[in-house]
Amino acid sequence: MTLHPILAALRKHKAGVVLISLQIALTLAIVCNAIFIIQKRIDMVHRPTGLNEDNLFLVTQQWVGAPDGDDPAGLEKLDSMQQADLATLRNLPDVASVSPIRSLPLLRSGSVGGIGMKPLQQKSTVDANFFFGDEHMLSTLGLKLVAGRDFTAADVQHKGFRDESGPVLTIITKPIADKLFPRGDAVGKVIYFDSGSTPTTIVGVVARLQSPIDSGDSGLAWNSVMFPIRQDANFARYVLRAKPGRLVQAMNAVTPALYAANPMRVLDDRSVRSFADIRARAYRADVGMAILMSVICLILLAVTAAGIVGLTSFWVGQRRRQIGVRRALGARKVDILHYFQLENLLIAGIGAVIGILLAVGLNLWLITRFEMDRMPVIYVAVGVLAVLALGQAAVFVPARRASNVPPVVATHAA
Amino acid sequence: MFGYYLELALRSLRRSPGLTALMVLTIGFGVAASMTTYSVFRAVSGDPMPWKSSKLFVPQIDMWGPSGRASDGEPPDAMDYTDAMKLMRDHRAKLQSAMYEISPSVVPADAGKHPIHVSGHAVYSEFFPMLDVPFKFGSSWSADDDAQRAAVAVISSKLSQKLFGDANSVGKTVNVEGKDYRVVGVLNEWNPQPRFYDVVNNGGGFSTDFEDVFLPFQTAVQASIRNDGNTDCNATPAESGFLGLQHSSCTWIAYMAELDDAAAVTTYRQYLDGYAHDQQQAGRFGWAPNNRLRNLPQWLDYKHVVPSDTKVALLVALGLLIACLVNTAGLLLAKFLRRSGEIGVRRALGAPRLAIYTQFLTEAGMIGLAGGALGLLLTGMGVASVSWVLPRDIASLARVDFSLLVLTLLVSVMATTLAGLYPTYRAACVQPAWQLKSN
Repeated sequence: MTLHPILAALRKHKAGVVLISLQIALTLAIVCNAIFIIQKRIDMVHRPTGLNEDNLFLVTQQWVGAPDGDDPAGLEKLDSMQQADLATLRNLPDVASVSPIRSLPLLRSGSVGGIGMKPLQQKSTVDANFFFGDEHMLSTLGLKLVAGRDFTAADVQHKGFRDESGPVLTIITKPIADKLFPRGDAVGKVIYFDSGSTPTTIVGVVARLQSPIDSGDSGLAWNSVMFPIRQDANFARYVLRAKPGRLVQAMNAVTPALYAANPMRVLDDRSVRSFADIRARAYRADVGMAILMSVICLILLAVTAAGIVGLTSFWVGQRRRQIGVRRALGARKVDILHYFQLENLLIAGIGAVIGILLAVGLNLWLITRFEMDRMPVIYVAVGVLAVLALGQAAVFVPARRASNVPPVVATHAA
Repeated sequence: MFGYYLELALRSLRRSPGLTALMVLTIGFGVAASMTTYSVFRAVSGDPMPWKSSKLFVPQIDMWGPSGRASDGEPPDAMDYTDAMKLMRDHRAKLQSAMYEISPSVVPADAGKHPIHVSGHAVYSEFFPMLDVPFKFGSSWSADDDAQRAAVAVISSKLSQKLFGDANSVGKTVNVEGKDYRVVGVLNEWNPQPRFYDVVNNGGGFSTDFEDVFLPFQTAVQASIRNDGNTDCNATPAESGFLGLQHSSCTWIAYMAELDDAAAVTTYRQYLDGYAHDQQQAGRFGWAPNNRLRNLPQWLDYKHVVPSDTKVALLVALGLLIACLVNTAGLLLAKFLRRSGEIGVRRALGAPRLAIYTQFLTEAGMIGLAGGALGLLLTGMGVASVSWVLPRDIASLARVDFSLLVLTLLVSVMATTLAGLYPTYRAACVQPAWQLKSN
């Protein structure tokens, strides 16, 4: 079949052709970019934190009338209260292990500091998230040690909250180790925190530990260090690992047990949270955005398909007599069907070409305006195939109706 | 005449129910998607105090110097204790308050109840008149209470209800962190979003927590009620604890000042620069003054309080609306041109072009109205369902109100009429003689 008659017919319907191809172009531009945004969000949500997240939960509680910890006596009192809580939690039947903790990945609240290679180094070599806990921290979190050793009970110190001075030992994540010691010999080396003069010895390296704060894909997201320090304040956080399959029972047992040990404290409905809950809350906006974008894409595709069906139906109705004439002159049903399919392919093709330009333009504009990344070509390619397929699917019903026009129509008066 | 056009439009729409339904659905979905995202956008980008926001200013002082500046040379967002207290003492604005976020425990008088956790702010007395905070009972504490470090508190109606029931609780005692405070005022429902007066300590500026308790700044400091918000340090504090924080250059205090006219703003700016200059002279700052004084809208914009996600979503939804309009224009074109014969007859019987315009635009408008009605329904559903899709702090702000209803209908009718313009123009171009002949 030659294109000539199709082109000649389209010239008679300029406005309709322009509108449909414009709509296909808009659809392509929006859907490509939206799917790209959705894919970015999905990738972000599925990044592993480095923790073994199953059966993990967090307890945050605050004591009432506790000493403020600014003097040594108060500090000791706070520490003994914390130790008592830890003992209470360790004795729970469904709890496998417990560690005090300052923060957890995705908790959206944490402490960040700088690491230097020399004492009193003013500009830090790399910034890192600080995690504080005791000798059970690594095992409770389920972190993977790739070099060196874990903290031992003898390593653990206790200090006041915000007293981040001179930690003696540290375990760092692999990204930091690779940056500071590219030869892979970080264990046993000495580093300095927060422009201080106290040397801190690296005793171990873990594979991965994500930042508590929302740092996107920046280096800070994976730069974490851990200290064997129990922090004493008027509030305390404990991370607990329940025995396999006993998460709910373990979580329910915490509040009554802690109140029984000491009622002068605040524990409310948000004090005991599973890590799954922390994860869901941290990524709620990203998941929400992905869902919103998907819904908009679906509506857009449906509207475009409906538009093609509507306009092609109109054209079929308008050309019934001509179709009849063609059929009477010997055209087969399949020829008529192909005619409308090819016509749609042509229009969708024009739309796709404009759409590619629009899609790339929109992406460039989003990059300058919203710090979006460059969209890989594959998204546009898949998008083009998708709109062409959508066009063919939408045109099929009206085109079939056209092919069913009987040749006898040719003899009817107009 | 208009009644006649309405009747014609109805008849025409009924003649091709499929096409009509398609157009109404298109418009309905397009408008609903845009309006749903717009309702979220409006909620997060709204001016929290439109009548006063341009008079509220956030001063920033560069107390860290070049090593602590952001890459664009901006000074820290919050203040350290030294500078905040100096600004409060100098008292150069009409109204001003330093503030920090607290989250103390409150012990109910009823011995059987467990202590509860509340959040709030330590502020100066001028905080309340500056932000037009509404009181249900009582009032703010006095400037004298600030100076005397009086043990007084302003609490939310929610906390008052929880502790004391429905009665006026002014004069009663509330136990915060083990110390007694006399209630001097109870707030009327007040939970501004974004939490514009303390963006620094509120992540994105939005919060699901209610502000339950306000204490005088110095009273809270003296009682060692620690700050619960962000603390940023350029250097490790020399001493530990809350006292060490007060002596350090760490930033943890938000500040707001009311300046009523341009002259006051200029004077205040000069004052800030003069202060930084004095500090430079005294050797505390080793750099030239690098202060900022932004009014509230500029400040919220600078801090990117409106999540860029919401903007992108709104843009995409607007794109969808445009695609829907193009679609409707195409369908209307098909529909109108199919009636060339009818138009020819009307024109031949003496109807002027204007009549054709009115008739077809009426028809387009009716489709818009029907689409708008469907759009209203879908917008209602959309707004209701964002609450399980988007974070609660943002979603809870999105709501359907009268202005959104009117806007939905208006956008729908206007957009459809706009989409109908070209098809109507083509309809009006129909040559009566040619149509009559060919039939």
